[in-house]
Amino acid sequence: MTHELPDAEALFAQLKSTMAASIAHNAKLVGVYSGGAWLADRLVKELDGEHEVGYIDVSFYRDDLSTSGLKSNVRSTQIPFSVEGAHIVIVDDVLFTGRSIRAAINTLFDFGRPASVQLAVLVDRGGRELPISADFVGAPLIVAADLMLALNKDAAGKFSLATEPWKSR
Amino acid sequence: MLSKKNLQLNADGNLNHLLAIEGLPKRIIERILDTAESFVGINEREVKVVPLLRGKSIFNIFFENSTRTRTTFEIAAKRLSADVINLDVGRSSTSKGETILDTIANLTAMHADMFVVRHSASGAPHLIAQHAAPHIHVINAGDGRHEHPTQGLLDVFTIRKYKKDFTRLTVAIVGDVLHSRVARSQIHALTTLGVPELRVIGPHTLLPTDIARLGVRTFSSLEEGLKGVDVVTMLRLQNERMNGALLPSASEYFSRYGLTPKKLALAKPDAIVLHPGPMNRGVEIDSAVADGSQSVILPQVTYGIAVRMAVMAILAGSTK
Repeated sequence: MTHELPDAEALFAQLKSTMAASIAHNAKLVGVYSGGAWLADRLVKELDGEHEVGYIDVSFYRDDLSTSGLKSNVRSTQIPFSVEGAHIVIVDDVLFTGRSIRAAINTLFDFGRPASVQLAVLVDRGGRELPISADFVGAPLIVAADLMLALNKDAAGKFSLATEPWKSR
Repeated sequence: MLSKKNLQLNADGNLNHLLAIEGLPKRIIERILDTAESFVGINEREVKVVPLLRGKSIFNIFFENSTRTRTTFEIAAKRLSADVINLDVGRSSTSKGETILDTIANLTAMHADMFVVRHSASGAPHLIAQHAAPHIHVINAGDGRHEHPTQGLLDVFTIRKYKKDFTRLTVAIVGDVLHSRVARSQIHALTTLGVPELRVIGPHTLLPTDIARLGVRTFSSLEEGLKGVDVVTMLRLQNERMNGALLPSASEYFSRYGLTPKKLALAKPDAIVLHPGPMNRGVEIDSAVADGSQSVILPQVTYGIAVRMAVMAILAGSTK
């Protein structure tokens, strides 16, 4: 079944212009694997300022190990700069329950005490289970609850959105 | 054998207990190694803890003493935020006559989530896994002469770190292979990962007679066996072997099978040297080799923590 999903590149342009107007000139961007990492890479390249990029895999900080297990392709969290006193923007593709972002914030704090943490997401699909909201949003989007929404990147680096039924594991 | 193999995996084919490398599919071994890679980074941070196993109780049940191995499991569990309880069972309940299964039933009643078991009898962890409550995961921390699977995994993790591709390697294991659960686990791991040439080197009295069945070449001359190898694993010569008729003396053993710089020079120039510890300097290994540039003995210890964290995290995430 195909939904009319918005053009991810247009959402990216929207997100980038919102961020350009207000993030610190030296803000560090931390992408959540895998979609958020791609977005953070592109943002650091295309935004003006002295931005650095890091990546977080939230697997070791999730709260659903006993129900969902450890995912099979855990990536290494890489924060190649000091978090202490830094202005950080966490970047993710889709904001849904907020649980991944909670895990990402906890991961970040094990590296130090940032001066501030903001959240940038390409899509906010609602459905929050925690008191978390994004500072920068490409666009809000309504997606059927039984569908997973994820960002894809093709060989040329072009972004697109796709839905699929939730994988049990 | 079949039930042993199946016992380790749940209905979905995921790892539910780690009892032996023998019978573990390649995808499971590779998943453990890949997950361990991420834990290496955690261990290098200032905050060396993640909250993954918060609230879980891991019992280290050591029927046979081993401070070193127990400590590495304890560190791994603590870095995953689990609660760790160390039981030196050899000195308590069993000496009062309690059976293994009664000990396990008692610990289960204390709401254990995971057992790390070391026992001098081969198969003891299997027995426990067979009888433990369904939610409990069992890790074999060394059973008799059978296997020491986390050691085998940390050995191959270390080899992968330095050599990348298993399918081009020649690996030699030197020493008391007959009594070594470390050798057995490493041989199964290397075979599954596609190492084309495996050699065991040692006196005939210390090599299993049926080892060729595992696809391994045997050498009684260290000089012959080391020619052109990429990886050398030295096994610890257990002192108790000296007392029997198996070996004449430690000094004679060293002269024939001790790894010296001169003998190591017969291997490839970039060959690495592993040892599971504790080392007997001057018995199986010369200090110049143990402390030399080709030794990866201390990295093995470091990686061992990450590998044990990976095993615990994967097991804790498995259901049924």
